[in-house]
Amino acid sequence: MARRGSWAIPGPGPRAALPLVLLLLVGFAAPLLAILDYSFMPPRTFSLTGEPTLENYVTIFQSTSYLSFLWSLALATVTVAVLALTCYPISYGLVRVFGRWATVLTLLFTIPLFVSENVRLYGWVLFFIKNGVLLGALKTYLGIEFDSWLFTSSATVFGMIYVYLPFMLFPMTLGIAMVPNETRDAAFDLGASRWQVFREVELPLSMPGIVIGFLLTFVLAVGAIAEAKVLGGQAIIPVTHDIEIAFTYAQNWPLGAALSVLLMLVVGALVLLVLRRFDLDTILGRR
Amino acid sequence: MTSASVILELRGIRKDFGALAAVDGIDLAIAEGEFFTIVGPSGSGKTTLLRMLAGMEQPSSGDILLRGRRINDLPANRRPTCMVFQSLALFPHRTVGENIEFSLKIRGVSKVERRQRAHGLMRLLRLPEELYGKNVTKCSGGERQRVALARALAYDPEILFFDEPLSAIDYKLRKTLEKELKDIHRETGKTFVYITHSLEEAMVMSDRIGVMRQGRLVQVGTPNEIYVTPNNKFVSEFIGDVNVFPVEVAGPGRLRSSAIAGEFTAPKLPSGFSKGHLVIRPEYLRFLADPSGAENSLKGRLYNEYALGSRFQYQVRVGDQVFVVEKLRQQAYGGRLDDDVVIGWDARDSILVTD
Repeated sequence: MARRGSWAIPGPGPRAALPLVLLLLVGFAAPLLAILDYSFMPPRTFSLTGEPTLENYVTIFQSTSYLSFLWSLALATVTVAVLALTCYPISYGLVRVFGRWATVLTLLFTIPLFVSENVRLYGWVLFFIKNGVLLGALKTYLGIEFDSWLFTSSATVFGMIYVYLPFMLFPMTLGIAMVPNETRDAAFDLGASRWQVFREVELPLSMPGIVIGFLLTFVLAVGAIAEAKVLGGQAIIPVTHDIEIAFTYAQNWPLGAALSVLLMLVVGALVLLVLRRFDLDTILGRR
Repeated sequence: MTSASVILELRGIRKDFGALAAVDGIDLAIAEGEFFTIVGPSGSGKTTLLRMLAGMEQPSSGDILLRGRRINDLPANRRPTCMVFQSLALFPHRTVGENIEFSLKIRGVSKVERRQRAHGLMRLLRLPEELYGKNVTKCSGGERQRVALARALAYDPEILFFDEPLSAIDYKLRKTLEKELKDIHRETGKTFVYITHSLEEAMVMSDRIGVMRQGRLVQVGTPNEIYVTPNNKFVSEFIGDVNVFPVEVAGPGRLRSSAIAGEFTAPKLPSGFSKGHLVIRPEYLRFLADPSGAENSLKGRLYNEYALGSRFQYQVRVGDQVFVVEKLRQQAYGGRLDDDVVIGWDARDSILVTD
């Protein structure tokens, strides 16, 4: 007997959303829960039903893992900072200065995304390596020899800036494009200098795009691993590398899971902090 | 107008965009304290002209003089003028108070004084005091208009420019704000230069009107002059419904038309007039019971009638030509549709214009 009550058939909205909810539960929430579970399992076990323990976390706090955490956060911070400073002028140009050329430039920024990240990074290796494209050419044609810049921490940062540039550039461009021309004109007309127009109107009104660019690149950069491996030559060990080692060579899934959980907590806390400081709705004046 | 009272003078102002002349040579003098409105259809160059006056565009040639001083090269932020934009261009991330105080803050006016000025302006514009700390995006359409005006007035400009700020507002509120704007103009005594595509809106508010077409001013005059003596067909057709048909001189004081059979008594002929258009406003046409005494009359058929509130409008077909007749409600025509009717007018109520 079908009874109407607290278990009544839901409306068309929830019913239509159901497949997506199931997909997210199975494909997104379940693996995260599995990781969370693993992080409390005894070291070097492969069962999700063992006796829960905090041993993995204790191990991490007693080890030097915090160093790789710091490295990852530092690399991501430097990447975001450099990207912010380089992308803002480019975005500004794309929206306000370059005119018809903006389309061409946007395309040039987009096309590399169609090539695998690893392939592009190895491309840079060929470019910078001793006797490679750059140094080889200098040696052959000018007779000058330099040491290769590869396999240093700055090469890692370079790789990350290169890979994550579009993820800062495009949200920023959107943010700047959202500032209406008449609003800028109005501020200028009311006596503001170019700099005051920028500070009082353009920057705050393009903030949503900038914040989204910051978050996107930061989260991606904290999770980066290939740049440090390929261009950095493991001069730096980011936490993602530790996680990979734990899951592969070390065959210590619970330790890797605990590291992953800690990383998610740190990044999540930072993101929440930023979102609280820059409430997107308030910036847009929706509240 | 004596030269001492001229606040803004335009001498041969042009603006070319490639081969296209958006503004094609404009000479104009606007008096201190005047409410001057530039009217024109979209694409007539009126917004480009206003942006040049405000300093947001550079004229290709010609001079802009403010109290006799050439200000062509003075950028907008250093001109003692201020603009109310079509979109209002309020700062959405700021409160009503911060919007109004923007120019004062830029000038480094103290917080206390800023607040005082803002509250004074809010009183002048009848903005409730509690709006001061409210985000400007939470305000109603009418409130936003007033905030935009208050923000411009806070700058204490010598001239206020308006770029169709009322165009996106519903009819009733627009009518209220038009009158309010005229009141504010009286109260502040500032020079207002207003742009609109609606001659009706211009008539309500302005001391003088300039009608613009294809980058040129085709007529400048008081609202009454523009309405009663338009100097060409374009101006005559710009306000409301009007009856216009081509005519040429048929003899002394007589006109004939290629569109309508018969001859008409001409109003006073402009010198050198040989052919052009005869303009008759719909309120000057009468239904005639007995056509014998009328100066001009036409036989037609009553095709349709429209209730316009205080007035009735009738469409009368004379051959292929449609005539529009308007009567006050109390003087409504009592006939039926498809009646044969005779309409007539006095020669002095018609206007001869050239193209």
